[in-house]
Amino acid sequence: MSGLVALTGREIKKWYKNPFVLFISLIQPIIWMGLFGKAMDLSALAGGSAAGLAAFKNTFGVSDYFSFMAVGMLAFVVLFATMFSGMSIVWDRRLGFLNKVLSTPASRGSIIMSKVFIAVIRALVQAGIVLIAAVVLGLRFGANFTPLTLLATFAALFLMSIGLSALFVAIAIRSTKWETQMAIMNLLNLPLLFASNALFPTALMPTWLQDVAKFNPVTYGVDAAREFILLDTINWTNVTNDFLFLGTFAIVFAAIGIVLSWRYLSK
Amino acid sequence: MDNNVIDVSDLTKQFGELTAVNHVSFQVREGEIFGFLGPNGAGKTTMISMLTTVLRPNGGAAKVNGHDVAHEALEVRRSIGLVPQEYTADEDLTGMENLLLIASLYEVPRAEARSRAGELLDLVQLKDAADRTVDTYSGGMRRRLELACGLINRPKVLFLDEPTLGLDVQTRAAVWEYIRLLKEKYHMTLFLTTHYLEEADNLCDRIAIIDHGKIVALDTPRALKDSLGGDIIEIHVDRPAEDGLAASLGALPNVKHVLPVDGGYRLTVANGEETAPLVLDAIRAHNLKATRISIAKPTLDEVYLARTGRTLRDQEGSSDEAFRQRIVTRRARA
Repeated sequence: MSGLVALTGREIKKWYKNPFVLFISLIQPIIWMGLFGKAMDLSALAGGSAAGLAAFKNTFGVSDYFSFMAVGMLAFVVLFATMFSGMSIVWDRRLGFLNKVLSTPASRGSIIMSKVFIAVIRALVQAGIVLIAAVVLGLRFGANFTPLTLLATFAALFLMSIGLSALFVAIAIRSTKWETQMAIMNLLNLPLLFASNALFPTALMPTWLQDVAKFNPVTYGVDAAREFILLDTINWTNVTNDFLFLGTFAIVFAAIGIVLSWRYLSK
Repeated sequence: MDNNVIDVSDLTKQFGELTAVNHVSFQVREGEIFGFLGPNGAGKTTMISMLTTVLRPNGGAAKVNGHDVAHEALEVRRSIGLVPQEYTADEDLTGMENLLLIASLYEVPRAEARSRAGELLDLVQLKDAADRTVDTYSGGMRRRLELACGLINRPKVLFLDEPTLGLDVQTRAAVWEYIRLLKEKYHMTLFLTTHYLEEADNLCDRIAIIDHGKIVALDTPRALKDSLGGDIIEIHVDRPAEDGLAASLGALPNVKHVLPVDGGYRLTVANGEETAPLVLDAIRAHNLKATRISIAKPTLDEVYLARTGRTLRDQEGSSDEAFRQRIVTRRARA
């Protein structure tokens, strides 16, 4: 346990001692919101007619596209922040730090979980900042929005980021090449983003893509966040489903990460 | 109960086709400095990784402090310290923070960790730099910090992988001094790997020369050098000699071996200083003049050459190792 606390503490110190990295990683989602979210106002396609707007609200759940995609951006920052957890294992391996830790009594699982936890902390802090930026840029809260639903939103993002970072750590567990990690990140990030409801409702997608989106944790994280932040009435069946999926996803991949670390962290 | 702190028998490690460590057996006695000498890629780091439980052996067994490295890894880990060849201290943290981090991995209580860290930083003379981030340290300072990190759990055996890699000659000698000092102070057994002959010769009580995953010689530096048969006399003469000279040199007392080299001869002799005048007499007797004579005590370089057929200089390791070495060297210079 003290190993896990110490290793996570190291990551937190490294993180806040380099605020520049945090700053850079926030620019991208804010640019997406500012340019993509504002420029491509899909609700304008409704042509301003009352029937068109009703149809838009029916599929998107809200009456303005910016709010819709801004909440999707929360999942976007979580996705990108967690992707780097695998990279950090590769660097520790290359710089010899991993071998040093492997020679100590610290449990192998704590090495993995420290990478997962720092990715989760980073992801949630960045999501918080992006949410504030979204409000500044004009996000409209739903009638039901309270501090409690805000907390529930971050609980959903928490589960999503545990699962995602454990997934990326597991992929990197034996890798010595950061180039491979970069390639995997580039391969996965756009499919995970676009094959979800982050930028566009799945209901309007082709059936095969809907099927893919059904297995994409990003879909469930974004859905829960929209229910809690944007919608006037919360659909508790949906929310329960979201949490069941995200909870299972987090537990399964954290367990996979820990089991792999016992077997494969050393070669 | 024997006093072998490390007991390795028939240990083997394969990476796919490559056999990095090939059925190696040896013992390290309590309190000695034991060195693994060999070029990059000879299997030194693989051996240290297996003994420190970072790598799992494919065959054979090894015990450290009486615990099996494969089946009692946790007990082994608690009783050892490791100073890897890379600079593993975190650049973004201070020297003190790095020591406290490693201490908590060994579950040393906080207050105890602070006092040990202070003592170690004092010993390696980093007290003034304790609260500076490590990216401001010089290569020698980083190496000393790595030494301190390896000692925070008061290990019975300290493993040092290439402890002076990338350091200049002066800093290297200083690091040797720190290693001796720390060993004296904490009564440890040391196991180190190196590809520097001077390091093995200066620091180690016993040396195993390793080549292609096998031990080709194991003894004290003195005995290894003596095993070559003594000193080397190299003599150059003013013109090509007739055939008889090599034979009469070989017949001299103490001379064990005569090797014709360009412009003269290379003799292996039991006692260089006493034999040299006799060699000069023999040359004069053949109406030749000696133009140059040198007497050299054998070095580990010659031992290495004799045992492996190659010199230790300019041998290439794997690209991964070369990459690590570049990083280490670059940081050492920073």
